[in-house]
Amino acid sequence: MAAAQDSPVTKRLATVKKIILVLSGKGGVGKSSVSVQLALNLYGSSPTARVGILDVDLTGPSIPRMLGVDGQAVHQSSSGWVPVYADGAAGRLSCMSVGFLLKKKGDSVVWRGPKKNGMIRQFLSDVRWGDLDYLVIDTPPGTSDEHLSLMEHLAGVHSRLCAVIVTTPQAVALMDVMKCLSFTRTVNLPVVGLIENMSGYACPCCGEIQNVFSTGGGREMARREELQFLGSLPVDTELVELLDGGKESGEGFQLLERYQKTPTAKLFGDICSLVC
Amino acid sequence: MTDAQNDSAYLDPKSIPSNAPEHCPGTESEKAGKSDACAGCANQDVCASGATKQPDPSLPFIRDRMSTVRRKILILSGKGGVGKSTFTAQLGWAFAADEDVQTGIMDVDICGPSIPTILGIASEQVHSSASGWSPVYVQDNFGVMSVGFMLPSSKDAVMWRGPKKNGLISQFLKDVDWGDLDYLLVDTPPGTSDEHLSVVQYLKESGIDGAVLITTPQEVALQDVRREIDFCRKVGVPIIGLVENMAGFVCPNCKGESQIFKPSTGGGKQLAADTGIEFLGSVPLDPRIGKSADYGVSFLDEYPDSPATIAYLNIIDRIREILGD
Repeated sequence: MAAAQDSPVTKRLATVKKIILVLSGKGGVGKSSVSVQLALNLYGSSPTARVGILDVDLTGPSIPRMLGVDGQAVHQSSSGWVPVYADGAAGRLSCMSVGFLLKKKGDSVVWRGPKKNGMIRQFLSDVRWGDLDYLVIDTPPGTSDEHLSLMEHLAGVHSRLCAVIVTTPQAVALMDVMKCLSFTRTVNLPVVGLIENMSGYACPCCGEIQNVFSTGGGREMARREELQFLGSLPVDTELVELLDGGKESGEGFQLLERYQKTPTAKLFGDICSLVC
Repeated sequence: MTDAQNDSAYLDPKSIPSNAPEHCPGTESEKAGKSDACAGCANQDVCASGATKQPDPSLPFIRDRMSTVRRKILILSGKGGVGKSTFTAQLGWAFAADEDVQTGIMDVDICGPSIPTILGIASEQVHSSASGWSPVYVQDNFGVMSVGFMLPSSKDAVMWRGPKKNGLISQFLKDVDWGDLDYLLVDTPPGTSDEHLSVVQYLKESGIDGAVLITTPQEVALQDVRREIDFCRKVGVPIIGLVENMAGFVCPNCKGESQIFKPSTGGGKQLAADTGIEFLGSVPLDPRIGKSADYGVSFLDEYPDSPATIAYLNIIDRIREILGD
């Protein structure tokens, strides 16, 4: 463990107060959307809060699009890679993703494990995050190379780590999420709680709530596994549209302003206060 | 950081051991054991000896086993949770509806196997016999293999790095007693990494008939599917076509249709047109699809008059037509 104490990762992350991993065994349940919302809420929680988002989904990075910084590039400086700032000049919301390193947005990243491991190590040790109150790490689905590498490289800062697990209500998703929970227990990663995403959908025509992907599965699982249930988020087409739109943030960080007007923002505020 | 932009050196699937250095040239490469990155690697001597440049010893066994499989189809999507496994299962059921058609599904999503649940055979176990592992049969002409059948409990996480996953995939191809199959459908995990490279590598000699790509209408998903198309082109897998899933939702209460995942950039249809691949069709979102998957029953049989069933069947007919069956 002595080596981990002064590894480049530990040194680099010494100025980061808290690291939150967003996990889910299953793909497409909203990990990236939860990561972005978590970061936006933390950012909005105080006028001086400094938040970073690290996207370690190397073969399917979605964070740049969701933050509206698609197509931007990272720069190299003498003290490391400069992350992309989603809030422009304010520079309080920094973001790093493999998406910024690709020439074309359609380029595939066809990497096997060791290469992914190397990239994650570089993301953790070479990015000039500066002082951060929170670093939110968005992960790919599964419990494999990326997750094991993260845990390995973050061993030196283990006391500042915590995880939020995201699920959707169907049984098929819950099964994978259960595997993810077993993973956190095996690697001794503290789990703050579980979020049930895509829980119900209000029909825009008649307003009736439809359980598109069933409902209640997450709450039930949290109860069974004695996890804190952080809340359920219904499908919010306004939010989907906002995060999918890929609009560049203009004057005064419009993404945040528009996000705060979505119905989900209010619900997420409660979740966020439970997390931190 | 130029590495990410210059992955042309990584086009050929290579076996890279788990203890390899980051810039490992691949054990089959000409530079194996000789490149700068090899200095200090535990495998340097064996790589330099040339032993690793021999073809994978499992390849002839895979070729033998696959010689009785007529069609091999991959179900891919860069994105997770778009319905790959659900589509694979429906495709399997549709093919197996004809009792003379032998169908198999191989689930290579090692960390998140959903196929056993969707097909309603989650509690089954794999048995081994003299001729290899027997697949689990949904019905007489429909065999399935998944890591889900091998775990002591469904809660157990499979925390494997790449090489171990590759080992299991090679076993699925060479040690499973598939028998004579008309169709082998391969359900994959999201992404473009070890599992995908391995399947393509192991099936190269036997030939892959094509890949069906699945997407949902929003740009965040399309982005990942664009990467998957790029992957298929890099590794030389023909693309049968693109299916757009979860397109439009018909409220069971007021029958009004709305878009949950809005196609802000034209959806799957536009992507197919832009990339020159065939658009196979859109499947609307029907909550009963997810419910059928949770209960492990065939959606096509349970709800034959749902618009989603009609869409699925049209797509499946078109796939048959493209394959020339």
